[in-house]
Amino acid sequence: MFRAVTTEPAENDEFEFYFDGSPVPAREGDSVASALLRSGVLEFRSNWKSDRPRGPFCMMGACFECLISADGKSVQACMTTATPDLVLKKIDDSIGRDDGF
Amino acid sequence: MMAFDLIVIGAGPAGLSAATLTANKGAAVALLDEQSHPGGQIYRHVTQSGETRDSVLGDDYTAGRALVEGLGAADVRYIPSATVWSVSNSGHVVFNVQGRAREIEGQFVLLATGALERPVPLPGWTLPGVMTAGAAQILLKTAGMANDRAILAGAGPLLYLLAAQMIKAGVPPLAIVETQTWRDYARSQRYFPGALRGYRTVLKGLGLLADLRKAGIRRYTGASKIEILGRDRAEGIRFVAGRSIELESDAVFLHQGVVPNTQLTRALGLAHEWSDTQRCFRPTTDEWGRSSNDKLFVAGDGAGIDGATAAEHAGSLCAAEVLHQLGRLTRSARDTMTQPARKGLRRERAVRPFLDTLYSVPDTILRPPDSVTVCRCEEVTAGDIRQLARLGCRGPNQTKAFGRCGMGPCQGRYCGSTVTELLAFAHDESPENIGAYRIRMPIKPVTLGEVASLADLPDSHGELTKEENRLTCQTR
Repeated sequence: MFRAVTTEPAENDEFEFYFDGSPVPAREGDSVASALLRSGVLEFRSNWKSDRPRGPFCMMGACFECLISADGKSVQACMTTATPDLVLKKIDDSIGRDDGF
Repeated sequence: MMAFDLIVIGAGPAGLSAATLTANKGAAVALLDEQSHPGGQIYRHVTQSGETRDSVLGDDYTAGRALVEGLGAADVRYIPSATVWSVSNSGHVVFNVQGRAREIEGQFVLLATGALERPVPLPGWTLPGVMTAGAAQILLKTAGMANDRAILAGAGPLLYLLAAQMIKAGVPPLAIVETQTWRDYARSQRYFPGALRGYRTVLKGLGLLADLRKAGIRRYTGASKIEILGRDRAEGIRFVAGRSIELESDAVFLHQGVVPNTQLTRALGLAHEWSDTQRCFRPTTDEWGRSSNDKLFVAGDGAGIDGATAAEHAGSLCAAEVLHQLGRLTRSARDTMTQPARKGLRRERAVRPFLDTLYSVPDTILRPPDSVTVCRCEEVTAGDIRQLARLGCRGPNQTKAFGRCGMGPCQGRYCGSTVTELLAFAHDESPENIGAYRIRMPIKPVTLGEVASLADLPDSHGELTKEENRLTCQTR
């Protein structure tokens, strides 16, 4: 399980954002990915081809495994700073999956 | 369009030292970085870290603070959260900030884009819960968090550093599963005397190993046949180390060293060479970091893996040569100024042959079994690549066209080296002859709206808006 092991003063103020309708606690310094991991979410999306579960891998914007949907746009959760009241959800790419690719 | 003497891409140790030095000698410098704070991955969030995090991460991390503060004191146009997606051979750099694209022009451009973790393709490596060791470090640095039941697997000094940091944080890893064998150890011994020139690095390594012993961390060496267990997420790890061993854990951090991030240098069509000891391609550079294009420089791990301290030195060499080219530094002043950096660079590099040999990548990781996924994005297996090789595919661009390997969102970053190795072995050719993916701009995803925003300049001179000016003046 991921958990906070150090806390700097600025990080004592917790806030929340939303992922698939559920509130996710976050603190200063968090990316969307780090906050989700700490709240126990490991599966961020499924592979568009095989439907197998995927989660953050590199945490530095290179692998694109942590893609999630923000206002209909795919963003990298590890490159998105967690801010209060963000509304995010899993990417729904089921439309692309059955059309012959 | 705004023009600069030097545009630096990447605010890690190489980029920071180069940008600061050139600006302090009066050159007009822009520094673009994808992250929200300067420092690169190695010094990530170093100015945000306080006492507790400093003590967990250690002196080699906090040493980066001076570099970042140097940037704050210099007259550099620093632009954080900037995703560079196109660079031209004439020095034009296009990037996104806050959903809008901007183009700037540099007389010289320094590509200081650092390293990527080498892919570690083994059964189960795509499962949620499996991450790179670098990712675990980033979580520690940026969010002060760690996994309390982690297993570290692979080879290399970073695993020991991460383990030592986790011990200090009160969450020691359950075990370290290491792939290096006694053969690697024996082969590395001939490089040990040379490594002593970088004795500080060697001592640090020994210190870390002592920390692990004292904390009673289980270490399995010579591990082979590693696989991650679990159906929908990591549940454990199985490997052979003398006997078959199975350990339970929902977090496995993989590491087999790092390789230069060559996305930009490849997309620019610069010359690259193959390093047999580091088993990776790197852009060809001269002693100043100049690439095969005189306008473009490469410094830091992106030019070959030598570590953070070496990167800082390499950045200052590049800065001195750029200043000389700009007419701001005479040849002799350049040479005198760079003597300490050259000496430092030699010292840092002295230890590499020893480390690269001792922690060399096992053949089964370079060329995994048929069933293992090589391309995570498009789910192409090693078997698929071997089949395409039998069908006559000679290079990575052919297997890409025929099998989609490397066509997903990561644009080949985490499959490129594996595909090159598989094809080289299949055709009994050198990796150098097999080559690498042809990368094309944009090197990061960009929306049509963002491309269109290039035409939507705030004023006719392409000056940055007030809001952007405010953003770019923040260095903390």
